[in-house]
Amino acid sequence: MIKLIVILLSAVFINNYVLSRFLGICPFLGVSKKLDSATGMSLAVIFVMLIATAVTWPIQMYLLNPNNLGYLQTIVFILVIAALVQLVEIILKRYIPSLHKSLGVYLPLITTNCAVLGVTILNIDEGYTFVEAMVNSLGSGLGFFLAMVMFSGVRSTIEGSDIPKSFQGLPITLIAAAITSLSFLGFGGIIENLFA
Amino acid sequence: MNTWKNFAKGLIKENPVLVLVLGTCPTLATSTSVINALGMGAAATVVLICSNIVISALRKVIPDKVRIPCYIVLIAGFVTAVQMLVKAFAPALDQSLGIYLPLIVVNCIILGRAEMFANKNKVFASAIDALGMGIGFTLALFMMATIREILGNGTFCGMEIPVLIDNKITIMTMAPGGFFVFGLLIAFMNKFAKHKPRKKDFGCEGCPQAESCGKLSCTEKTKEAAVND
Repeated sequence: MIKLIVILLSAVFINNYVLSRFLGICPFLGVSKKLDSATGMSLAVIFVMLIATAVTWPIQMYLLNPNNLGYLQTIVFILVIAALVQLVEIILKRYIPSLHKSLGVYLPLITTNCAVLGVTILNIDEGYTFVEAMVNSLGSGLGFFLAMVMFSGVRSTIEGSDIPKSFQGLPITLIAAAITSLSFLGFGGIIENLFA
Repeated sequence: MNTWKNFAKGLIKENPVLVLVLGTCPTLATSTSVINALGMGAAATVVLICSNIVISALRKVIPDKVRIPCYIVLIAGFVTAVQMLVKAFAPALDQSLGIYLPLIVVNCIILGRAEMFANKNKVFASAIDALGMGIGFTLALFMMATIREILGNGTFCGMEIPVLIDNKITIMTMAPGGFFVFGLLIAFMNKFAKHKPRKKDFGCEGCPQAESCGKLSCTEKTKEAAVND
């Protein structure tokens, strides 16, 4: 149990996907302008990460590994994730239109998001069991959510400030991201020692 | 199109990282040391050239509606091949690039060039375009890695630099330093390279997701309009 909590907390804070592993930078910079789109995008990412892990972990363990097909990992995972996202979108559209309305726009964006492919591959590389892998995906998704929501607040402040001309747009956003990620460095080493 | 122009545009004028702002994830993550940056650049360039050649050759065969999944499968195939080659011949590089090697599949530069260039142009032009873009990507990575390694680690390609080795700014090799150096480099390009600062602040053209992203900004605009009314 303690191991699960450590995995969850370190995925959220220490190994934050966006701010310390540099995965999912595209949506982080592209969709974080407004709080509501940042929230929608990150909820969709959490959702897709969870189902992607639930499907790819068994595929790797029960299909690829016993047949010595481990080298097909990349191709199989990206295809499975792409198909899964399409399927989920169709199902949501048909049966839960209200959810599709709030998450639907973001789903196709996630297909080629490196955070989702990254979490599925890392789960295998770290040798997690199924439950640990699911917890790790949840933590990674929550970490993504935290970074997006925090950063959309930072960006709304930047919008109204007077910025030197060559720094306008992306450069100032990246420098703000540097400071945000600096604040996450402070979590390093805390969580391992919390339960020791 | 003039072959030289086609090649050279990727280096500075349309540099995939610093001007088009594609492929940010690997740029930030692997630019901690010069060796890693060059390895990543070379791996991505090889995949880019192979995928551009094959996609350009197959551009009349692949049906338009399913082109993106087809491209992804082709690219994933080449990435797997490169991954196995690196594992066999440069195991140390494989260790230090880790997860970012398979993640070349979702690198926007590769899918972006397939979508923007290879499916409209002949094989040779596509290969030249891929070579230029690949070298531009490697160049940007090399610049970032040079700054980060010299300041953060006091070394260049592993060689120690006299004064700096005793005065390391370790934060430069960590995550915040990556964002910071990248921001400064883009600001520098805005200031000195003669091109207009981008209207949109993020590299959307060529991103395979641009279509749905466009929908996103549309819904935001209509929402704003509704609020204003």
